[in-house]
Formats: sequence, C-alpha cells, structure tokens
Amino acid sequence: MSVSLERGIQTLKEHIDAPVASFFTTCVHCGMCADACLFYTETKDPKYTPIYKLKPLRRLWHQEYTFWGKLAAKLGFSKPLTAEELKEWEPLVYDSCTMCGRCSMTCPVGNDIVYMIRKMREGMVAAGFAPEGLKSATERAITIGSPMGVKFPALKNQIKHVEADIGLKIPVDVRGAEYMALLSSMEIMNFPEYIGAIAKIFDQADIRWTLASDAFEATNSGIQIGSSDLAAELVERVVAAAERLKVNYVISPECGHAYTALRWEGPNLIGRPYPFKVIHILELLDQLRSQDKLPVTGKIKERLTFHDPCQIVRRGGVIEEPRRLLEMVAEDFAEMEDHGIMNWCCGGGGGVSTNERAATLKLTAFNRKRHQLEALGVNTLVTVCANCRITLEEGLEFNNMDVAVLGLAETLAEHLAEQSPAPTTTQTH
Amino acid sequence: MTSTEWLIWVRGPGLQLSLGIFILGMTYRIMQTYFLGRAKNLAEPRGSQWLHGMKTIWWRSFFHPGMTIRGYFTIISGYTFHLGFIITLLFLDQHIELFRSWTGLSWPALPPIVITITAVLGIAALVAVLVDRFADPVRYLLSDYQDYLCWVLTVLPLVTGLLLVYKMWLPYTSLLVVHIISFEILLVAIPFTKLSHVFTIFIARWYNGAIAGYKGVQS
Repeated sequence: MSVSLERGIQTLKEHIDAPVASFFTTCVHCGMCADACLFYTETKDPKYTPIYKLKPLRRLWHQEYTFWGKLAAKLGFSKPLTAEELKEWEPLVYDSCTMCGRCSMTCPVGNDIVYMIRKMREGMVAAGFAPEGLKSATERAITIGSPMGVKFPALKNQIKHVEADIGLKIPVDVRGAEYMALLSSMEIMNFPEYIGAIAKIFDQADIRWTLASDAFEATNSGIQIGSSDLAAELVERVVAAAERLKVNYVISPECGHAYTALRWEGPNLIGRPYPFKVIHILELLDQLRSQDKLPVTGKIKERLTFHDPCQIVRRGGVIEEPRRLLEMVAEDFAEMEDHGIMNWCCGGGGGVSTNERAATLKLTAFNRKRHQLEALGVNTLVTVCANCRITLEEGLEFNNMDVAVLGLAETLAEHLAEQSPAPTTTQTH
Repeated sequence: MTSTEWLIWVRGPGLQLSLGIFILGMTYRIMQTYFLGRAKNLAEPRGSQWLHGMKTIWWRSFFHPGMTIRGYFTIISGYTFHLGFIITLLFLDQHIELFRSWTGLSWPALPPIVITITAVLGIAALVAVLVDRFADPVRYLLSDYQDYLCWVLTVLPLVTGLLLVYKMWLPYTSLLVVHIISFEILLVAIPFTKLSHVFTIFIARWYNGAIAGYKGVQS
C-alpha cells in the first residue's frame, strides 16, 4: 500500500463518527436519494445516486465497525480499499456532487449524505485523488490568497473604478470598524458592482465598515477539495485580519460556500470560537430593512424569480431574508416550484465549477434549472451567490435562454432611495 | 430429537437465547455507534439541535414534497410490510397468548381473517419490493447480499406463520418449530445486519435533524 493511500484510508477512518456510523447502519438502499440529485435526474445514470458515491467509505465502515466486516477481515476474506477504487470514485465524489445537500433532505431514514461526502473528500484528497482544477485553485488560494489568483493590487484597481462610479470611498484597513466585509474573487473580477452596492447601502445606513488588504477573500477552496488543514489556514487569515482591525462582525459575501466555510466550518477548522460574529450580507441587509435603514424606491415590474444558493439557504439557514429583501423591490416575485430549502442547485457548487473535467456534466445538470425557469416563464432571475450567478449565466447562454441574472445586493442598491422611503410607484427596471 | 422435543427447545431455551442475543447485540450496536461520538461544534448555533432532531424523526415518517414514483412506492410498500409484520406479530391470538404466558400482559386479538389479510399484504409488499430491487436500476446497483438476506429473514416468519394457520406443507408441530426458528433467526440477525435500522433509524434521523437544526434549518 502506498503512503498516500494509507494516509487517505487513515483519514477516512478518522472521519467515521457517530452520525456516519448511524447513517450507514440505517441505509436500506431504497435509492430515494437518486431523485433528489440533479446529476441523476438529468442523466438517469444510477451511478449518480448520492449514497452510491460513498461506496468506498461505506466499505471501510463495514470492515471496521460491523460484526461481519470485522470477521471477514480477521479471516482474510476482506478486500481492502485500493487506489484504483478511489480513483474510479473521484469523478463521482467531485464532478457529480455539488454538496447541495438536497439528498440529505429527502432520505426517509434520515441519512445526511452530504455530511458524509464532505468527509469522503477529506480521505480522497489525502490519498491524492482530487480534480486538477480544484487542486490548482486550492494551491492558488494558499500561495496567492485567492483561488482565481487575485491579489490586492487587482482589488485596489477595481476599488478605484467602483469609487469613481459611485462617488464614495471604499474603506480599507480601517481599525476599529464595526464590520469587516469579505469578497469572493468572482465578485472582484466578474461582478465588482457588488462592492459598489454594499458601499452605497452602508453609506446610507451609516455602517462603519472596512475591507482588509491582507484578507479580502472569503472563498475557501480547502473545504471544497476536502482538506481541513488548508481550509483552516484560509480561515485563520480572515480571523487574523479581523483581530488586527478589531472588528465586531465579519460580513460573509453573497458567495455560498464562503458562508459555509466562515460561519459553520470556520471555528471548527481552527479549533476555537471566533472573537467576532460572522454575519451574511443578506442577514445584515435584512436587519437594516427591519430598522428602516434600507429605504428603497420603485419596483421591478417584470415577473422574476429567486434562485436559492444551496450553501446559503438549505445548508446555511438564511432562508427568508432574501425573500423579504426581494419583495421590497419586486412587484411580481414568483417562486419556483421547488424553492427555499428544497431548491435545485445551479449545478456548479461544491467545486464543480472549478473542475474543468466536469464542464459537460455541469451543463447537463443545468437542465433541471432550465426546466424550472421554463415552467415559471420568467425572464429575470435574482440570486445571491457569484458562483451560482456565473454557472446560471453559462447555462442560460448555452441553452440560448433570454433570462437576465441579477445579484440581490446590486438590485437593492439600484433601488436605494436617497433619504426616507419613497412611495411605491412602479417603474420599469 | 422428535418434533415435540424441538418445539419445547425452541419455545424455551431457544427463544431465551435469541432474545438475549438480540437485546445484548442491539445494545452493543447502539453503544458502539454512540461512543464513536462527534466533534463539539464550536460555531455559534442558530437553532436547537435537540428540537430539530426530534422533529426530523417525526417528519421523515411521511411523504415529503418533490417525491417521485420511486419515493411513493418505497414509503407505501415499506409501511405495508412493516405494519403487516407488526400487526401480525402483535395481534394474532396465539402470539398474544405467548406474551401473556411470559409477562402476564395481554390485549385483545384481531380476528384471524384480519391477521391473514395483514400477513398476506405484508408478504405481497415484500415480493413487490424484491421485484423492484431487481427491476429498478438504481436499487439494483445499490443492493448487496444483506438486502436479499434480510428480505428472506423477514418474509420467512410471515410465510411459515400463514402456512401454519392454514395447516399446509408440514405436520403442524414441525411447521410450528420451523416458524418459531425463523422468527428467532430474525431476532438474532437484527443486531448484526442492516435490519438494525429498525432502531438506528431514530438515531440517524435525529443526527440529520440536529445537524441542520444547528444552522436553523428544519430538515
């Protein structure tokens, strides 16, 4: 057995905890999770059944923790996990799983399948099996500070443009600010209007905030590839900057997995609670709304819908906030049939969009969203995750669909009233 | 040993032995799972783990939104054979008599025709599940030897019991021995096979609900 395989198997063993054991013990192989996974529903290939993607981990659990498994191992009948098997499973664990967690919501016996996929990835990467795209993104995140290779000078340049556009100064490295905002590289490079949007809203609401020049990146390739060590290092950078600037809150940007990384995994990755609170930008905007500090004027007349980013909504718990915010500026907000905690993923989460090998499969999986949008007949789609946004735009373009994708923060900023709330006159967006 | 001597053994020491293995085995299985533990969550919670866990135990017992034909079939056939088995086990007058002789507790039995119906429905649902396991490419791919073994172990007490009621196949005493042994094998197998899901389902559902509930999501 090679050293890396041994390390991978050891890592997998260490990740078998009480929930994992109870899930595998309880699974009755009913296959209902298949119908919850867009990779199965859009291909009808049984290998994309979520619980099947965990077969190597299940085999290891069986060998280590069951009567028959242990007996077979003692008698020499047990077939140990091999590098070939892990290699064969790599595309199932990475390419065909966005870690959206929809399967975990539908399993009749209660298996949290994505909880186990997250653990399975730890073993896979420890054994050396992970997609090249994710490996290089993680390497860039560690060495450069961003999975897309964005350094502070690039952000500074974008900030200059944004400041010129909105006529406001973007605060950087302000000690003692109340909030430290984070960004995703995708927002910096593809959707810099997000920076301008929050700057305008915060200025109006009199929020004391700042960016950190040494920790502006919120995304965390470490949790996508499944390396807790690397994920912890990325979280530590944010924590160090927040401590240096003595902020009370760190604002997670619209990006979905960044929220999971910062809010839910972060303290566990670094092994201690934060000395600050993590708040999602939507939670903060919704607080401002409830305090009448987010006055808007006019509403979008066209029918529109909202795409729930899985890591913010189903896996993050920020469910009603985007809806309350969207209602402020949308005259005809229609929900897709499956929405909220039962939404369908865009197809690009969990590192799939970073994984070039999965590009074709990702577009096939997008058909689920296409059907949802066609059923609703909308031409405007609002979302709150830069990665979802780029995946949706790709899918829409590929399918020649005339649907505009908007970011919620920018949409709110566009409707921001100067002083007090304006009367609800309608205007075309 | 004559069939009568066998009957004495299976109703006495055999049953005690199988019950003992069942109780000790299941206790070990649950303890083994529990003591694997899980890391303390250091993130600030948004919701109650306990409450959401309990709610998930309850809500996963029903149909849920977005369910497909596979889902409806699974839930309906699952309930049919589980209820068919449990009603037959608990409400046949001979079974109640056996419970009464051990514990002194008894309750009204259901008429034999009702029990026949529950047993037949249970067997029919099990047959449907087995056919589907071969016919559905997803289930076929997922299935391993335990799925088929557990199916046999579950259907045998129902089939032998039905034959017993209608006095078919073997002489009564011999068939009664086979029937009781089939149940005892099932009892012994529960802790050592995936049949243990009859207990661990509550643990799995609770963890699922607790993990999501910590983040303020009802799963």
